[in-house]
Amino acid sequence: MGGITEMTIGLAHYLTVSAILLVLGIFGIFLNRKNVIVILMSVELILLSVNLNFVAFSAFLDDLAGQVFAMFVLTVAAAEAAIGLAIVVIYFRNRGSIEVEDISTLKG
Amino acid sequence: MTWTLALPELVLAIAGLVILVAGVLPKQETFFPVSMACIGSLLLAAVLVLGQPEGTALGGHYVADDFSGFMKLLAIGGAAIGILLSLDYNTKEGLGRFEFPLLMLLATIGMMVMISANDLLSLYLGLELLSLPLYVIAAFNRDSARSAEAGLKYFVLGALASGLLLYGSSLVYGFAGTTNFDRLADAFSADSGVTAGVVVGIVFVIAGLAFKVSAVPFHMWTPDVYEGAPTPVTAFFAAAPKVAAIALLARVLVGPFGDLAGQWQQVITLVSLGSMTLGGFAAIGQRNIKRLMAYSSIGHVGYALMGLAVANDVGLRGLLVYMAIYVAMNLGTFAVLIAMRRKGRAVEQVEDLAGLGRTDLGTAVWMAVFMFSMAGIPPLAGFFGKLYVFLAAVQAGFWTLAVVGVLTSVVSAYYYLRIVKVMFFDAPAGALDPAPASLTVVMAASGLFTLFFVLWPAPLLAAAQAAAAALLG
Repeated sequence: MGGITEMTIGLAHYLTVSAILLVLGIFGIFLNRKNVIVILMSVELILLSVNLNFVAFSAFLDDLAGQVFAMFVLTVAAAEAAIGLAIVVIYFRNRGSIEVEDISTLKG
Repeated sequence: MTWTLALPELVLAIAGLVILVAGVLPKQETFFPVSMACIGSLLLAAVLVLGQPEGTALGGHYVADDFSGFMKLLAIGGAAIGILLSLDYNTKEGLGRFEFPLLMLLATIGMMVMISANDLLSLYLGLELLSLPLYVIAAFNRDSARSAEAGLKYFVLGALASGLLLYGSSLVYGFAGTTNFDRLADAFSADSGVTAGVVVGIVFVIAGLAFKVSAVPFHMWTPDVYEGAPTPVTAFFAAAPKVAAIALLARVLVGPFGDLAGQWQQVITLVSLGSMTLGGFAAIGQRNIKRLMAYSSIGHVGYALMGLAVANDVGLRGLLVYMAIYVAMNLGTFAVLIAMRRKGRAVEQVEDLAGLGRTDLGTAVWMAVFMFSMAGIPPLAGFFGKLYVFLAAVQAGFWTLAVVGVLTSVVSAYYYLRIVKVMFFDAPAGALDPAPASLTVVMAASGLFTLFFVLWPAPLLAAAQAAAAALLG
C-alpha cells in the first residue's frame, strides 16, 4: 500500500488530545506572568478539553447525555467569560494595568 | 408531572425575575424595597421547603429528602441574614444598589439546586449558578482596587475549580456510562464498575469541590477574597455557599461514590488534617480581622470534613450539626465586624477592637461569646459542634484525626482569645460608632443560640440524625 499504514482514530486519541489541552490550560494559568487575558483564554482551553471529552465519550458510548452536557458547558462558559471580562474591565479602571504580577495588593 | 417537587426553586427563580424588573423600572434607587422583597421570597421558599414531599423529579436530576431539606433551610437562613447584614453597610458605603440582594437571591437558587442535585449535570449547573453571582458581588465595590482584585482572584481560581470538576465529571461519565447519581451508585456497587479512570475522575471532582469549600490544598483564594471583598459579602461567603458546597460534597461522596469509600476516605482525611492545621497556625499572625476569619473558616471546614471522612451516620450527623452551629456563630461574628466603623469609616484591624469592652459593652460581650464558642469552650454551641465530630472520629478509630483536631483547636484558641483580650484589657482606641439595629438583632439572635444551645440540643440533633439517615439511604 505504498508504505501508508491504515490507522483509525479511536477514543484513546481523543482522550489524549483533551488531556494535553487540560494540562496546557492549567499551565497557562499558573506559569503565565504577563496578562490576565491569557488566563481567560486558558480557562476556555480547559472547558474545551472537557467538551472534547464529553463528545468523544458520548460517541463511544452511543449515549446522548454527553452531548447535552457539552451544550450546557458551552452556554455556561459564555456566561463565565462575560463576567470574567467585566471584572477585568473594572480591575483595569482601578489599576490601569492587567499585568498578572501587579495583582498582589492582597497578601499575607 | 413531577416538576412540582422543585417548587421552592421555581418560585424563587420567578420571584427573582419579577423583582429584577420591579427594581429596574422606578427612577429612584430601590435598594431597600428590593432587599426586603428578596428576604420575603427567601422566607417563602423556606416555607415551601418545609412542606416539600420526598422523591426525585425532572428525569432524576432533582432529589428532595430530609438531607436536602435540612441543608436548604440552613442555606436559605444564611442567605436571608446575609442580606439583612448588608442593608446598613451598603447604604453607608455607597453600595446600595438593588442588584446586590438580587445577586444573593440568584446565588441562593444555585445553592438549592446544588443541594438537591442528583445528576452530574444539575450539580454543575447549580454550582455555576452559585459561583457566577458570587464573582460579581466579590467585585461589587467597583471603585475599590481591593474589591476588584478580590473579584478577579476569585473568578480565575473559581473558573479553574469548575474546570477541574467538569473534567472529573467527564471521566466519571465516560468510564461509568451515566451521569445520574442513582445509576452511578448501581454501577459502582459491582466491583467491575471501578476502573482507574473513575478514580481519577473522583479525585478531580473532589478537587473542584474542595476549592468551593476552601479546604487545604485549594484554599489559596480564601484569605485574599475575604479581605478584599466588602464585609457583608465576606459574611455571605463564609456562611451560605459553604453550607451548600459541603452538602454537595457529602451527597456526591456518600451517594454515587458510597461504595468507593475506601478510595476517597484517605483523600478527605488528608484534606481535613491539612485544613485544621493551616486554620490553626496561619491565623496567628494576622492583623486584619477579615483575613483572620478566612483562616478560621478554613479550620472550621477541616473539623466539619472530619465527620465526612468517618463516613457513617454518626460522622454525618456531626458534620450537619457542625455546619448549623458554624453558620450561626459566623453570622453573629460578622455582624460585629460589619458594625466596626469609626467616624463613619469601616475599620477592620484587630487593634480597632481595643477597649470595646469599655466603650460598647453589649457588642463586646457578644463578640466574646462568639470567640469562646469558636475556640470550642464549653458550654457554648461551638464546643458541641466539635464534640460530635470528635466523638464520631474516636468511635470509628480515626485517632489521628481526633488528636490533630484537639491539638489544633488548642492552637486556634490562642487567636480567638487574643481578640477577647484586646477587647477587654487593652486601652481604648476611640469609641466605635453605635451599631445599627439590624446588626444588633443578628448579634443577639445568634449570640442567644450560641449560649443556650446546650439547653435544647435535641431538635437540631434529631433533624441532623434524620438528614444523615436520608443521605445514607
